[in-house]
Amino acid sequence: MELLEAIILSVLAASTPLLIAATGELVTERAGVLNLGVEGMMIVGAACGFGGAWLTGSTIIGAACGIVAGTLLSLIFAVMTLGLAVNQVATGLALTILGIGLSGLIGAGFVGERITPAPHLHIPGLTDIPLVGRILFGEDAFIYFSLALVIGVWLFLYRTRAGLVLRAVGDNHVSAHALGYPVLKIRMFAVMFGGACAGLAGAYLPLAYTPFFIPGMTAGRGWIALALVVFSSWRPARLVIGAYLFGAVTILQLHAQGLGLGIPSQFMSALPYLATVIVLVLISRARTGGSTAPAALGTVFVPDR
Amino acid sequence: MRKILIAATAVLLTAGASLFSASAADKLKVGFIYLGPIGDLGWTYQHELARQALVKEFGDKIETTFLENVSEGPDSERSIEQLVRAGNKLIFTTSFGYMEPTLKVAKKYPNVHFEHATGYKRDKNMSTYSGRFYEGRYIQGVIAAKMSKSGVLGYIGSFPIPEVISGINATILGAQTINPNIKVKIIWANSWFDPGKEADAAKALLDQGADVIMQHTDSPAAMQIASERGKLAFGQDSEMIKFGPKAQLTSIMDNWAPYYIDRVRAELDGKWASEDTWGGLKSKMVVMAPYTNMPDDVKKLAMDTEAAITDGKLFPFKCPVMGQDGKEVECKGGDHLADGQVLGMNFYVKGIDDTIPGK
Repeated sequence: MELLEAIILSVLAASTPLLIAATGELVTERAGVLNLGVEGMMIVGAACGFGGAWLTGSTIIGAACGIVAGTLLSLIFAVMTLGLAVNQVATGLALTILGIGLSGLIGAGFVGERITPAPHLHIPGLTDIPLVGRILFGEDAFIYFSLALVIGVWLFLYRTRAGLVLRAVGDNHVSAHALGYPVLKIRMFAVMFGGACAGLAGAYLPLAYTPFFIPGMTAGRGWIALALVVFSSWRPARLVIGAYLFGAVTILQLHAQGLGLGIPSQFMSALPYLATVIVLVLISRARTGGSTAPAALGTVFVPDR
Repeated sequence: MRKILIAATAVLLTAGASLFSASAADKLKVGFIYLGPIGDLGWTYQHELARQALVKEFGDKIETTFLENVSEGPDSERSIEQLVRAGNKLIFTTSFGYMEPTLKVAKKYPNVHFEHATGYKRDKNMSTYSGRFYEGRYIQGVIAAKMSKSGVLGYIGSFPIPEVISGINATILGAQTINPNIKVKIIWANSWFDPGKEADAAKALLDQGADVIMQHTDSPAAMQIASERGKLAFGQDSEMIKFGPKAQLTSIMDNWAPYYIDRVRAELDGKWASEDTWGGLKSKMVVMAPYTNMPDDVKKLAMDTEAAITDGKLFPFKCPVMGQDGKEVECKGGDHLADGQVLGMNFYVKGIDDTIPGK
């Protein structure tokens, strides 16, 4: 049972950065903007988040620095794609390359430094409950925040008028514009939210997961977050399932290797991706009519004045 | 006006460039191609330290340039050629994947000398060099077996290539001299560098009962996890004690400086020749970090083992070496396995309860 608890704890930690980044990107894409720069915003968030925590000794300030950095980077994207109507795919890819370079520059000063990792919660009574106590009440705050974030986004998208407008903008920007909604402004906020989440997700890595900064430490997690959004067919609830499924397969394959089950490790490493492909196929088979992607996703909108 | 400006800038640039090359003409230019960022705390960082040692040794007799984050493959060919065009006469390409590109550029520029790390293809103007890291692994095995309470070691591998497999074998052979029943759990990360995954692998190994962690991946993540859990670990490539002051037992450090200094001196004296260098503890290309967090008797044992290997009295792969099937491996090097057998190692020794992935 102890092993099971340990596995669940590892899965939670591995899934959290994916979940946070993917939640932000989901909102961005729901507004009709495809920002492929998640990896770049994450790694800059990681560099700034670590820098903030290293200078001040505070995890919260570190997280805030990550959020601000991610948001600033996403603003560049917003200016390019919304203001100047540049192609979103090209800009997003450029943002990733920029982010990787920028993070190396920012991080050069504190490579090799270490910080105290984010504290784990301890609620007397609750955390000490056998089995579920540590899982539900004893991990770092990021893990619980990520779940609250998804619930918040779900409530926003499906239970508020603003969320309805945002989805309308993502499905048909011409109509939304004709109805008098400020399409570009709404999209800008959505892009900024995506940037903030990516920055926070990036900051999670050096603040809680592996408490040091090394250039390139996101190691492709931004791309996985992007894939998870597609996997979830743009729905927050499925995003949670997707992120935890991905995290679980990643961790379980490591344990299977350690137990020496004799399955080739190359196959095991490919398993999470294989699972993603299979689920995508199942979803598209089960779909009844029409695509689930926001209809205006990735298209440029230039309002006629 | 605009045209004039452009022309003027061009003239200035050319003049600047010719001035620059004129002043540098009597210096030997030495170039480096790095795989990672110089701040990776591991592989590339160690090459960068050696470059700095060169600058310190030769001062204004040489001029060094490096290109970092050069991905393996066609991209690197362009970067190597760029260094040639910039006037570098001795170029170090510091990763296995640069082998073919280096060879190609070497054929094109016979007057430039190339040094390729960890490869096996040479030419008249292209040398190779690498470290006998397995010697350090053997010592780590001895220490690990002494320090482990559970008798289970955790090993994080990168890719199942001969260098990594010979490292695992050397570790277990060292460990078996202390505890013949030692067990090792192996997890392949299928990556050289993914701190998150390395941390997850370390957690999995510890959760499954391993109490000493060793790794053939590049980040200090595993060390940190071991440190957090109050367990022990070994560093990799460079000194990592900062990440686990109470966890690091020692670390196998790549020490390229003496070799680089030798080669640059040979180049300056006009005596450079194509060679194949595989240096270990003896030539100090492989250096052990201080032995820490262990009792004095283990420390002494580790130092004795190190001395025996250095003096050529002990070979990690001394015959007979038993394969997993219990059969003796053919002994081609007299009383120990031949270098070729170690360089191409693709079997586990007896005592490893696992199979090489894909075999």
